[in-house]
Amino acid sequence: MPKKLDLDPVTVRKARSLARKAGKPIVDLARQHTTVSVERAVLRLAGLTGADTEGIPWVNRLADTVRADVGLDHGLALPVWDALLRGEAEDLSVLAQKAASGSVRFRMPEGRDAVRARSAARKVAAAGLKRIDGRRRERDRLVKRHGDPEQRPWIYLIVATGDIYEDIPQAQAAAREGADIIAVIRSTGQSLLDYVPEGATREGFAGTYATQENFRLMRAALDESSKELGRYVRLTNYASGLCMPEIATLAGLERLDMMLNDSMYGILFRDINPIRTFVDQRFSRQIHARAGIIINTGEDNYLTTADAVEAAHTVTVSQLLNEYFAKEAGLEDWQLGLGHAFEINPDLPDSFRLELAHAMLARQLFPKAPLKWMPPTRHMTGDVFRGYLLDGFFNLAGAMTGQGILLVGMMTEAVVTPWISDRDLALQNVRYVLGAAGNLHEDFRPEPNGFIATRARQVLAESVELLEEIVDDGLLNAIGDGTFGLMKRPQDAGRGLDGVARKSAEYYNPAIELLEEGK
Amino acid sequence: MSIIRPYGDTTGDGMVQLSFTLPVPHDKRAEGAAVQLANKMGMDPALVVHSKAIGPDFTFFVVYGPVNHLVDTSKVEVMERDYPLLSPKEVNLAIRKGLRRRLTVVGACIGTDAHTVGIDAILNIKGFAGEKGLEYYREVKVVNLGAQVAVPELVRRAKADKADAILVSQVVTQREAHVLNTKEMSAAFREAYAEDARPVLVAGGPRFTEQMAGELGVDRVFGRGTTPGEVASYLVDALVTKRHAYRRSA
Repeated sequence: MPKKLDLDPVTVRKARSLARKAGKPIVDLARQHTTVSVERAVLRLAGLTGADTEGIPWVNRLADTVRADVGLDHGLALPVWDALLRGEAEDLSVLAQKAASGSVRFRMPEGRDAVRARSAARKVAAAGLKRIDGRRRERDRLVKRHGDPEQRPWIYLIVATGDIYEDIPQAQAAAREGADIIAVIRSTGQSLLDYVPEGATREGFAGTYATQENFRLMRAALDESSKELGRYVRLTNYASGLCMPEIATLAGLERLDMMLNDSMYGILFRDINPIRTFVDQRFSRQIHARAGIIINTGEDNYLTTADAVEAAHTVTVSQLLNEYFAKEAGLEDWQLGLGHAFEINPDLPDSFRLELAHAMLARQLFPKAPLKWMPPTRHMTGDVFRGYLLDGFFNLAGAMTGQGILLVGMMTEAVVTPWISDRDLALQNVRYVLGAAGNLHEDFRPEPNGFIATRARQVLAESVELLEEIVDDGLLNAIGDGTFGLMKRPQDAGRGLDGVARKSAEYYNPAIELLEEGK
Repeated sequence: MSIIRPYGDTTGDGMVQLSFTLPVPHDKRAEGAAVQLANKMGMDPALVVHSKAIGPDFTFFVVYGPVNHLVDTSKVEVMERDYPLLSPKEVNLAIRKGLRRRLTVVGACIGTDAHTVGIDAILNIKGFAGEKGLEYYREVKVVNLGAQVAVPELVRRAKADKADAILVSQVVTQREAHVLNTKEMSAAFREAYAEDARPVLVAGGPRFTEQMAGELGVDRVFGRGTTPGEVASYLVDALVTKRHAYRRSA
């Protein structure tokens, strides 16, 4: 995509370097801490699955017992594999059951025992990563066989029935109607569960639980659809909330293709503790990098609480921070589905020109990233006719500015979860706009000193100012002050704080070691 | 004029438009089925102006026609606003004079609902529909607990902050969760407080109707489109004008 806005390269470089400066202390903080979910992810990577009769996963049972015996600060790998080497159980699953019934005591191994436990843990974690690598190669093979969608943006549709067995035919129908990406919305409330539910699930609230089995079932169904349709249909879920490292790991193991994975969303919108989030984020992004998963960030959410014009620069700042954190964790440009949204009040004069300015700014700042363009929600009033027109303009802005992933807007947004006819009409809208104006970006050049170019430069300048403030103040303090989405989130509060520990000198995590070697 | 009919382009023509999907393949029989449905709904003659296959098993229809029903507006039951609508300035003044301290409002999305759009529209300074939220009112202290707040936590915070009013919002809900959650909330407050010391309980959300207050055990229900000014005016009426006289000074 050729450059259309005359952005000052010095300012752009400055913005990136400020984002690095703001993010670096957070990365240091993340490296100094671990969380229960990061540690449980290692157990999942090692192949521990299943749950007890109460539905609590064995990884939680084992992790809780080990933590009670030796604490979290050394990581779980050494005490767990030490127990296996001592012959406490023949495998992880038996060990977890024994741990839950209180018939095994854990210790921190020392000397030769520690060396042996370390090497045993590393071997098993390496085997887990090898499975993820295998899934990535499998995806590459299938994309080669079935092909990518013909057009950009890729068309992204949501399924959300609460029942995986209802989701499957709906997802397959959506793929047949033209969806390139299927996202299964999670049950509301899952983000605050400190465990990943187990098995195929049929009961969810406004969405379906993310479980390993649900991932497997849906991926298998979409593999069928890919074969039928002659294009690889991608599957998306959410690596967010208290269990994001584990969910990222399960996504890698079950060949999900995209994951929602924002660096600050959990902090701002779910009141999850900031340190917990940043530690979990880093690990989950390392897994996504390894698994070849495209992440989707959540900047669109800021605009649902803050004003889309006044807060436009907070979106840019968050994109720059998300880019920094993502690259630090090993993700490449093609994996950065940075988010933004069409949320400007349609009653505002020149609202569409403002939308174009913001969308082009994102496009030009991140030329190689598959930007994720999110439809209007805040100004969808229940007037479905007006909403359909607004979605048409959203689609047009997406086409004119070369967005990578287009989440299809529904005219019944804010009224009902989409009906079959809503989805059909919405896809007709997308097809009409892409068919009629999909190549308009070739002709469209904003006036160098016109409204759009000036606005884009202004947002970039405001972003640099805000980044300077964040660097001075510290990102954690900025979040505490309500800089993003108007939410104030202090670093010593929020959910999941009790699952964070500062790493000891003896800390060992074979997965992080292997992921960082592989970078 | 209390007897009316829908208006298309001529008084009394009764014209309505309707769209729906039937789970049948798109053919002549499907169109006939659509006409039959529209007839049964009182549209006669029903004109299928558009029909389109959605996949092999479904058909989408748009139907126009006159309905034979009459509406008697004198028999429509609505909950008329039974409190005066005040400006922010008047709200502040009423609280300052009547309460002689700030009025504390504790708000939350309860249960599994993570969608704070409703509670934020009422509480955040940003507000809704051009009106600023309750945070903007100098004499109102707002404690917004955000999303997915457990009922016991809400009660605890209400006591800690000496809440005068509790606002709970329920936006996204399935299987009547909004009703169950709100009933649980009101029961918990009635248990935790003596009746004359209990904060005013207000529930809001697009799935509620104003007539549901009794069933839910709350003092007031606000539905879709409620503005912060309406909520503020109601709170002044309930807590300052009506109750303060015997409650706070007793």
